This record gives sequence, structure tokens and C-alpha cells, in this order.
Amino acid sequence: MKTMANSLFEEKLHSNEFLVTTEIGPPKGADVSEMVHHIDLLKDKVDAINVTDHQSSVMRFPSLGGCLLVKERGGEPILQVTCRDRNRLALQADLLLAYSRGIDNVLCLTGDSIDVGDHKEAKPVFDADSVQLLKMIKTMESGKDMGGEDLKGAPKFCIGASVHPEADFIEPQLIKFEKKVAAGAQFFQTQGIFDLANLHRFMQYASQFDVRILAGIIVLASARMARYMNDNVPGIIVCEAVIEELADVEKGKGLEKGIEISARMIRTIKEENLCHGVHIMAVGNEGIVPEILEQAKLPSMSTKGKRINV
Amino acid sequence: MIVAEQKTLEEIRRMITPYARVLILGCGTCMTVCDAGGEREVSFLHNALRVAQAKSGNGTHTFSEYTLKRQCDPEFLDVLSDQITDVDTVLSLGCGIGVQAIAERYPDLPVLPGVNTSFMGMAKELGVWDERCAACGDCRLEETAGICPITRCTKGILNGPCAGTKDGKCEANKDMDCAWVLIYKRLERLEQLEKMRRYYPMRNFRAIPRPKRLTSRISVDMGEDNEDNG
Repeated sequence: MKTMANSLFEEKLHSNEFLVTTEIGPPKGADVSEMVHHIDLLKDKVDAINVTDHQSSVMRFPSLGGCLLVKERGGEPILQVTCRDRNRLALQADLLLAYSRGIDNVLCLTGDSIDVGDHKEAKPVFDADSVQLLKMIKTMESGKDMGGEDLKGAPKFCIGASVHPEADFIEPQLIKFEKKVAAGAQFFQTQGIFDLANLHRFMQYASQFDVRILAGIIVLASARMARYMNDNVPGIIVCEAVIEELADVEKGKGLEKGIEISARMIRTIKEENLCHGVHIMAVGNEGIVPEILEQAKLPSMSTKGKRINV
Repeated sequence: MIVAEQKTLEEIRRMITPYARVLILGCGTCMTVCDAGGEREVSFLHNALRVAQAKSGNGTHTFSEYTLKRQCDPEFLDVLSDQITDVDTVLSLGCGIGVQAIAERYPDLPVLPGVNTSFMGMAKELGVWDERCAACGDCRLEETAGICPITRCTKGILNGPCAGTKDGKCEANKDMDCAWVLIYKRLERLEQLEKMRRYYPMRNFRAIPRPKRLTSRISVDMGEDNEDNG
């Protein structure tokens, strides 16, 4: 058992627990009451809560602000950081702020293209990519900034990244995955998985690396939503079997079916020990995550053991 | 070469409104090749502006036309002195460089851009050009099998594809090939996939800081590399 964990979540990564993380999309606006409600609802039921960073390039309340709220409410935040909107100065500054406020888990992402979002005329930054961002954090942890200057107080993070096991052309994705591992990624939250055979195949390959893999579970609310995501959301390939299952239910029961599918997948992943945990993405329906956990028969945090104060 | 697109007639008419005598000035190099501002386009635009003025009854402009061999090079501008004596503005169909070269040469003469300079690219088929170079000042094409990720990847990322690529296309534009899929396939074909496995650090944006200036390393007098003496 590793003892030098940088965060509570990192400690859990090194345990044999089946990990459950979820994510919250911040509001478009300054009213955070619904987000706070979701944080309170979820903070003791999952191992960590990601806060998304202008997901799908749609401008929202910032990830860092959301993570501060998670922290304030007693949850374990994972700061999602994309390279789309900030150059290396801004990325480093945000990371310093995060660390100084006790936010010590970071998910490093390149970020969706500006073109898929709601500010299509904005300047895309991409001064770094996801691999370079992981390396940037490692450099900062060594006490230097990206200009080579000494930092007064180096941060320490638990860092993760994403991987796409269902990509239709997997080989270049796996090369990038290995670069992320080499750059220091400790955990991976995968893009949404819909066909568990793909996860199984990926894990046969990925198990050679000393990293923790959390399978991305996207909760679909209808066949229409699935098709829309297939056409419009980068990195999502919903298989036909799932779309058909959603299409078969009567009107208004789509989300119920989506919850059932998600819970069934989580149960299978856990029972068949396919990977180290799951990352549930309820995309706008954060309130239903507890029901998924219940249907998946996952123990809530309270029965998993007390939180450890670090 | 530099690729540009002529501005709309409406926008050009709006720009020339304050000026009575307009010289429409073409360029004989890139703008001619990309059908945006060569002799032919100058003539078409000249006619279009005259017809639009006559039809609308709006405007009392007089137009003249001329096409330089090259607008971006001062030595080719000398012949202009005869053309610009009786004009109130130059509507340049040169690229952004041409427009500025004219402005630098004639401090008292307003110069208007008649094209939107778009990118550096190559012809794909008749009338179609694709961007290929971003002039980043730090060419890495050796590492990427001769396919530029800075230019052809919408994010310009250096360490492999993002997760948004699908069917070999880009998440930002489904008609556009994913640069990293192209790079992977070509490196594989060349048996150089190890180049993709390397880590590439963040770019050096000071490779040539903006605005860029380049001094030739070849001495005109000596006709050889003069770097050691410089």
C-alpha cells in the first residue's frame, strides 16, 4: 500500500476498491444552487466528482470554481483541465490556484474543438495538448515552471487522462495512451463505453501498464439522444444494440431505460472485474446517479469505509 | 502559394464609397494563380463595379485597372508611379502583403484590400485549394511523414490524434481528414511509426517571433553561405 498519496482519491487508486467517479457540468450562469444541490447529493456516494471544463466547448461556470464548491461541501474534486482556452501561463496559474485550495486531482484533456461549441468564433488556444499538460504538471511538481524558473512552493497532484477504447481506428489512440502513461498519468477515465467487448479487448492490452482504468459510462435518455451524440459529440460511438434497446421503450421511459442500461453495464464491469472502476457521466441528469448506483448494487461511500483525512 | 478569395462586390462597393477615382490593382503571381486578383479578375471586377453603379444609380466613381507582376516586391512597384497620379484610392487585389507594400510605398494614398488572404496552400483540383503550411517557423515535417499537424489538425496538436476523430475525419469538420490518421498511416507505410511514439514538447512560439523578419543566409555578393561571417 502506497503511503505517499497526494490526495484521498490517489490513496483509493492504490487500494483494491472498485472506484466510482462521476461528473458535474457547471451551470451557464452565476446561479450555482443546482450544482451545489448535485454536489451534496453525490459527494458521499462516489469516490470523486469531476467538474467539466466548458464541456463540448460550451461556455459555462468554470471547472475550478465548481471544484472549489465540491471541496467546500466536503467532496473529493477532480479538476478537469483542457488546453483549448488557456495558454501555458494560464494553465500553470490555474493549477497553482487549485493546489493551494486543496484541489489535488487533475484530469488532463486536450479539449474539444471550438467548432463543436457555442462560441464558434473564439480563438482556439491549444498551446499544449493532453500529453504536454501531463508533462507540465510533472515539471511543476519538480519545482520548476515551464519557463524554467523556480516555483515558490511546488504543487503535488494525482493526475489522470482520458482514452478512447471504442475508437474506430484504435492504433493511433493506443500510441497516445502510452505517451500519456509515460508522461505520468496515474488513472484514466475512458470516453463513454457502450460495447463491453471493446472495453474487454482494451483491458487485455492496457493491463500491462501500472495505471487505473475507470470505464466511462454515459447515461442516455433516448435513442434520439444516442444518435445525436453519435453525429455531434466528439469521441462517442453508441453501438446499435444500445440504440435499439432505447428505441424499444415507450415514450417518456427513455431515461429509465438509460439508467437500467448504465447500471447493468456497471454491474457487469464489476462482477467480471473488467477494469478498476467506472466514471459515470449523466450529462445534465446528475440527479439520477444515486439511482444508477443503487441499481448497480454498489455500496455507497458510507459502507465502504470512513473517509481518511489527509 | 498564397491563396485568397475576392471580397463580395457589396463589401468592395462599400469600401470605395468615399473615393471618386479608383485604381483596381491586380497581382501577377499567387493572386493570379488562385483566381482572386490577376489580370482577368481585375477586368471582371472593373466591369462588375461599373455595371453595379449604373444599375443602382448609386455612385459616380471612375475606374482604371492595372496588374503588376508582383505587388509584394518594391522593385516591381516602380511602374506604378504613372498609374496612381490621377487616383484617389488603390483597390488592391494583391494578398495582404501586396496591400501593405502599396501602403508603404505611397504614404498619402489610401489602399483598400479587395481580397481576403486565406492561407498558404496547394491546388487540389481545378479551382480548389487546400491549406498546407502555417509558416510556423519551426518545420517538423520530418517527424510527421511530410504531413503538417500544425496546419491540418484543427487543434494543431503534436502527440497524436484526439478522441474526436471518426471514420478518419476531424471532429471539427466531417469533410476534413484527420491529420493524425493520415500521419499514422503514412508513418506505418514508411515503417517509421517510432516517430509517432516519441514525445514532442510544446511548440516554441519564439522560433520566429511576430512580426517576423528573415535575413537571407546567402550573401548576394559571394553567392554562398555567409553564416560564419555573419
